[in-house]
Amino acid sequence: MSVLESVKEIIVDILDVPAEEIRPDSRLAEDLKADSLDIVEMLMQMEDKFGLQIPESTAENLKTVKDVVEYLEKRLQEK
Amino acid sequence: MKRRVAVTGLGVISPVGNDLAAFWHNLVEGQSGIDYIDRFDASGYPTRIAAQVRDFNPADYINRKESRRMDRFVQFACSAARMALEDAALTINREDGPNVGVWVGSGIGGLETLEGQQQNLLDKGVGSISPFFIPMMIANMASGQISIMFGAKGPSGCSVTACATGTNSIGEAFRFIQRGEAKVMITGGTEASITPLGMAGFCSMKAMSTRNDNPAAASRPFDADRDGFVMGEGSGIIILEEMDHARERGARIYAELIGYGATSDAFHMVQPDPEGDGAARAFALALADAGVEPSMVDYINAHGTSTEFNDAMETQAIKKVWGEHARQVAISSTKGVTGHMLGAAGAVEFIAAVLACRNDIIPPTVNYTTPDPACDLDYVPGKARRRKVGVAVSDSLGFGGHNAVLVVRKFEG
Repeated sequence: MSVLESVKEIIVDILDVPAEEIRPDSRLAEDLKADSLDIVEMLMQMEDKFGLQIPESTAENLKTVKDVVEYLEKRLQEK
Repeated sequence: MKRRVAVTGLGVISPVGNDLAAFWHNLVEGQSGIDYIDRFDASGYPTRIAAQVRDFNPADYINRKESRRMDRFVQFACSAARMALEDAALTINREDGPNVGVWVGSGIGGLETLEGQQQNLLDKGVGSISPFFIPMMIANMASGQISIMFGAKGPSGCSVTACATGTNSIGEAFRFIQRGEAKVMITGGTEASITPLGMAGFCSMKAMSTRNDNPAAASRPFDADRDGFVMGEGSGIIILEEMDHARERGARIYAELIGYGATSDAFHMVQPDPEGDGAARAFALALADAGVEPSMVDYINAHGTSTEFNDAMETQAIKKVWGEHARQVAISSTKGVTGHMLGAAGAVEFIAAVLACRNDIIPPTVNYTTPDPACDLDYVPGKARRRKVGVAVSDSLGFGGHNAVLVVRKFEG
C-alpha cells in the first residue's frame, strides 16, 4: 500500500469522509473538517503505522493531504 | 409563580429494549434482561451476570464521526435523546435554542474509556493517550454532547448522585422550568459501567448477587432470598416542557410532573440509614411539593435494588410516610427485570411511573416468591395489575446517602 493510500485509510477512519472525496490538495481543516483533536489523533495513528515520531512543530505545517504524504515519504526515505 | 411542567417525550436504551414500546412491554410482562456477561471475560468474577444492552448500534442514531468520540455512556444518552425528541415531535430551531436546556447525569461517566487509556499508559507510555480521552470520560459529557447534537443552548449540566443521579437530574430540570429559566429540558440519566474494573469494584463490596446459576432469578426485590443487586446499563431520557409551551404546539402530554423532594441521610458512604429517615423525609417533601396527600398515591416505583439493606429500609420509610395507607399503595421495583442501571435507573424508573399513569397498568415485581417479614407491603408480585393510576411516585436512593423522589399526576387535558 502506498503512503497516500495509508493516509487516506486513516483519514476515512477518523474523519468519516468517503475515500473518493480525499484529494492531494484537500485541506485537512477546511475541506475535510478535521478539528485540532482530529489532527492530533491522525498524526498519532500515522506515527504508529509508519514507526515514526512527528514533532509538534512539524505537525503545525501539515495543512493538506499532499503536505502529509510528502512529509511521510521524506521521513521514510531517511530511515 | 411556579410554571407547570409537562412530560412530552420519552426515549430509552435498556437491557429490556431499545425503544419505548419494547421497554414497556417487557416491564409489564416481567421479561428479564439479565444474563451472563459477554462484553468481557468475567469468568474469574464472583458475579458473572449483568443486564447488558443488546443489539445496540450507535450508527442508528448518531453519525459515525461523532459516535467515535463518545464513550458508551454518551452513545446511550444521545441515542435515547434523539428518540425522546422524535417522540415529543420537537425540533429545536435556532431561535428556540436558548430556551432548551439539558440536565442528563451519569454516576461514573466514561469508565470504559478510562480503563482503556490507563492500559495504554502502562503499555505504551504517555504519548499513546488519545487526545479525546478527557472529553470522552468526564461525566458531564452526556449533557454536553446532547446540547451539541440538538442545538440546546439553555442551561446545561448534570446531577451526579450515584444511584439517585437520574431522579435528581429530572428534579433539577423540573425546577429550571418551574422557575422560568427554560421552556424545555432534555433530562435523565445514563450509565455504561459493565466493565472489568466496574464489576470488580462492586463485587469487592459484596453488594451484588452471586446467583450465577440462574441469572433471570437473581434480581428479586423485597424477596426473602434476595442476595444483592444485578448491574445494568443504558439510558433514559425525558423531555420536560413548560405546560403552555406544550399546549400551544399541540404536544402529546404523557403526564404532569408535580413534585420533587431531595434529602441526605448523613449516615454512611454506602449503607442506607436503617431507620429510613432520609428516604421518608424525601417522600414527604416530594408529596408536599406536589400538594398531594400520601393516600392519593396509587403507585410507587420503588428503588428496590434487591439488596438486604435497601429493600427493608425503603419499606420502613414508606410505612413512616404512608402510615395505615401503606398497604393500599401498589409498590413495585422494575429492577427485577432491568437490573440496577445506576445513573440511568432513576430516569428509566421515572419513565415506568409515567407510563403506569398513562396506561393504568402497574408493572410487576418479578421473582417475588418468599415474603420477608421486614418487607410486608403490596409489591405487585409476578403479574402486572390493571389499576387506575392518578398519581405515581418514583424514588431513588444513592451511595453517599442521596435520596430523591419525584411525583407525577395523570394528565387529562
